[in-house]
Amino acid sequence: MTALYRRAAAAFGPEVPGLLGFLILVLVVFGLFAPNFLTGANFGSIAFQLPELGLLTLAMLMPIISGGFNLAIIYTANMAGLTLAFVLNQYGGVDAGMGPFLVGTVLALMVGALSGAIMGAVIAYIGAHPILVSLAMMIFLRGLGEFLTKGGDISGFPPWMATLGHGTVLGIPVPLILFLVCAVLWHVLLNHTRHGFSVRMIGSNIRAAAYSGLHTKRTLVLIYTLSGVMCAVAGILMLSRFNSVRVGHGEALLLVTVLACFLGGVDPFGGFGRVLPVVIALVVLQVLSSGLNLLGANQHLSTAVWGLFLIGVMVLRWGAGRISDRKRKGS
Amino acid sequence: MHSFLRAYPTESKLLAVLLILCAGLSVASPEFLTLVNFTSLLNNNAVNVIWAVGLLVVLIAGGIDISFAVAASVVQYLCVYAFAAIGGGNWAIGFLFAGGFGLALGLINAFLIHQFRIISIVVTISTFNAFFGLLMFFSSGRFLYNLPSWWSGRVILWEHQTANGTWAELTLPVAVMAAAMFATWVLIRRTTTGRQLYAFGDNPEGARRAGIPIGLMQAIAFGWCGIMAGIGGLMQAHITKEVVPNALMGRELEVLAAVVLGGARLGGGRGSVLGCFLGVLLVAITQNGLNLLGVSPYAFKMVVGIIILLAISTSNLDPAKWFARKGGRP
Repeated sequence: MTALYRRAAAAFGPEVPGLLGFLILVLVVFGLFAPNFLTGANFGSIAFQLPELGLLTLAMLMPIISGGFNLAIIYTANMAGLTLAFVLNQYGGVDAGMGPFLVGTVLALMVGALSGAIMGAVIAYIGAHPILVSLAMMIFLRGLGEFLTKGGDISGFPPWMATLGHGTVLGIPVPLILFLVCAVLWHVLLNHTRHGFSVRMIGSNIRAAAYSGLHTKRTLVLIYTLSGVMCAVAGILMLSRFNSVRVGHGEALLLVTVLACFLGGVDPFGGFGRVLPVVIALVVLQVLSSGLNLLGANQHLSTAVWGLFLIGVMVLRWGAGRISDRKRKGS
Repeated sequence: MHSFLRAYPTESKLLAVLLILCAGLSVASPEFLTLVNFTSLLNNNAVNVIWAVGLLVVLIAGGIDISFAVAASVVQYLCVYAFAAIGGGNWAIGFLFAGGFGLALGLINAFLIHQFRIISIVVTISTFNAFFGLLMFFSSGRFLYNLPSWWSGRVILWEHQTANGTWAELTLPVAVMAAAMFATWVLIRRTTTGRQLYAFGDNPEGARRAGIPIGLMQAIAFGWCGIMAGIGGLMQAHITKEVVPNALMGRELEVLAAVVLGGARLGGGRGSVLGCFLGVLLVAITQNGLNLLGVSPYAFKMVVGIIILLAISTSNLDPAKWFARKGGRP
């Protein structure tokens, strides 16, 4: 049993068994107490709600593993959504075809990449702190978005776009497919490529990484560019989910994405972190939220529970760390 | 002059930028360089400065606090109910209660950080979510207007009628701001505890081996930030005459940007009260100037974002070098 546990921990990361345990615990508790919890409809709605937060969390994950932060994710996503919305409205609005959508999507991804690249360049070549740079970018993008939209909504998109936000393929929600594809992509990128290796080395010790011959500056620019692209994907998904774009959509998710990363065992100092535990952490958060919702609590109580849950998990990890320390010293 | 430049490189740069900005604005707009404009700038930014000096102490000690603005909202609610329970109250009780509630919330952060060895950003993001969620849950998002009259009544400390008949006035928050700045300055510059805070922020392990009680340092830093958050919340409700649960959300990042602009370092060991004040002022004067120049209010934040980006992009320039005979840092 312990050998199996160890093998699982080695293969997927030490956090996975613990998080799966939490997930099962949460499922059992809500399954016993919340009506309609263990139903297809409930899991369907979880599957539709998860991807937005999930994509944004992936965008936050890569900078955090590199020892940085990207506080601009929400507004990068909003700006990318706005770009697509502008293109669609320019070429027919409700009657827009596939052509404008593709052009708009490419432009949206480029907007995300550009805002990320600027942040990455300032962080890499000037050496400013990522929290500060992305905070400035966040304030700038929010201002730019509010300036362009005058704080209002932009809507009027072709109806077929609803498929992206609400459709299913073989019974699996399209947003979930999109999220899973992106998560697998991120996993491969982080664990099986040169770039991923550089990201983790930079997070562990940027100076040592530079002296070992890694091009740390170029990697940093790429990290934030990729993060911006992932934000853009999230922005496009949000556009099709809400059928409108407003600057500030999803604001409340900013710190939740950080919370999900930490819950997924990503080291706050950088250097360590995997995609799979973070995805499980996201599922735990979403299941908690929907279970509480079914019990009659509102979204705000879920927010509070998320915060308390993270503290609880960190305290448990601290306890587990102390126990294993003591064992090591004893043996 | 030279020693000031060397000791406070960021502050002197910021001061220079502010002076240039003010000179430019006073040429561009006749209303800028007036007593009325300056007093209203102070009145409107007093709360931000109070929060900024609180956050400064945490940053000096090497931590970060995301939760203080939400904590201020929690303090406002607690205060309304506490004052109702004791049947009114007055300013002395108000400060005591607001400071006390704030201190308690700050100490929760300090306890979690020290006891369980969790990094401060994780703790304060958790408590941010927990405080905000619980506040919205228990208050059901209700606004409160029934503040005691002493709390919501305007207190004018100094007024002066200008030549064209408008009144220039300084209100209570400005005095509280000055007191908060002075108290923080005394704490970090004139006490042993202050030196220990800098040492702890610069090198926690070194400070621990030198015999500095690190638990106490965390408690002082986050407790101080909590007190300032509570008092800032009290002043905010005094100005707006209402308590709105989500009104202060998002302010934490603006204040953080201003404090770091003022020379505090994320990572600890550096920062000054003067820098904090100048950082808040730079953002405020930029917005004020744009307003007077007739720029659309929607563009304000965009410009503020660009200014912060520019400020950090030039932050590695060292003005002391321009005046020193031998270049290079020690």
